[in-house]
Amino acid sequence: MGEPPQAVRRSPLGHLAAELRAASVPGTVTVREVPFVRQVNVRGPGGKPFPAEPNTVATTGDAAGDAAGDAEGDTVLVWLGPDEWLVVGPGEVPGMPGAEHESVADVSAHRTVVELAGPAAREVLLKGCPIDLHPGVFPPGRCAQTLLGRAQVIIVCVDERPAYRLFVRASLAGYLAGWLIDAMREYQCHTY
Amino acid sequence: MLLIPCPWCGPRAEIEYRYGGQAHVAYPPEPAALTDAEWAAYLFLRDNPKGPFAERWCHAAGCRRWFNVLRDTATHEIHFSYRAGERP
Ligand SMILES: [Zn+2]
Repeated sequence: MGEPPQAVRRSPLGHLAAELRAASVPGTVTVREVPFVRQVNVRGPGGKPFPAEPNTVATTGDAAGDAAGDAEGDTVLVWLGPDEWLVVGPGEVPGMPGAEHESVADVSAHRTVVELAGPAAREVLLKGCPIDLHPGVFPPGRCAQTLLGRAQVIIVCVDERPAYRLFVRASLAGYLAGWLIDAMREYQCHTY
Repeated sequence: MLLIPCPWCGPRAEIEYRYGGQAHVAYPPEPAALTDAEWAAYLFLRDNPKGPFAERWCHAAGCRRWFNVLRDTATHEIHFSYRAGERP
């Protein structure tokens, strides 16, 4: 008679938490995993509150305007395509006015979330990201699907520190974490 | 490196895209009525112009939408892009 088996949830970067902490330079740039974020892929004709403008996010819930979606009841709607959105956060999946969703799929296990924040965060991303992340064109509330290093990511700018949320496939998360740790190494000896 | 304008996302680097060959190759309305030679021509034969060429691209690492680009095959100049289903 052994112990009953326990269901243990493991996040894709749980085993690298200490390494991410060690790579972080408070006041300059910090990195951490935000594990177990609920994500639902929704397709359909859209309509409010789903953002119609490409590469933008909308927020519903208490902390409207906060693009992080941590708070209970908060939902962040990330534009993925002209008929496709990622609903992020624990809140309700909103309906589409006057129309049915064409598909609703829980994809929470597909990607994990990495938060990169601080005055040097943009500089770190620019080492391996081909898009323009200048705050004039990529302020809080903007998102993009692009490449970071060799990994496909969804980048959401969540606040003005700046802080970015990187949504990366679970199987590529270890690679991306290693890439970020390497890209952040110079700030260990030259802080902002 | 080409800078290709996605009709949805705007200009993005070539590495975000996949190439899809000649655009506007219509599926035959009655495939069963074609001869083997006509079917083979539909499947395999494509134009190969020197100059402007309408071709399909997919924003594979971005919004994952297929669209069309008018590209000069001699100079790599991208004249413009337009959405799937549209005509230049
Ligand atoms: Zn696109």
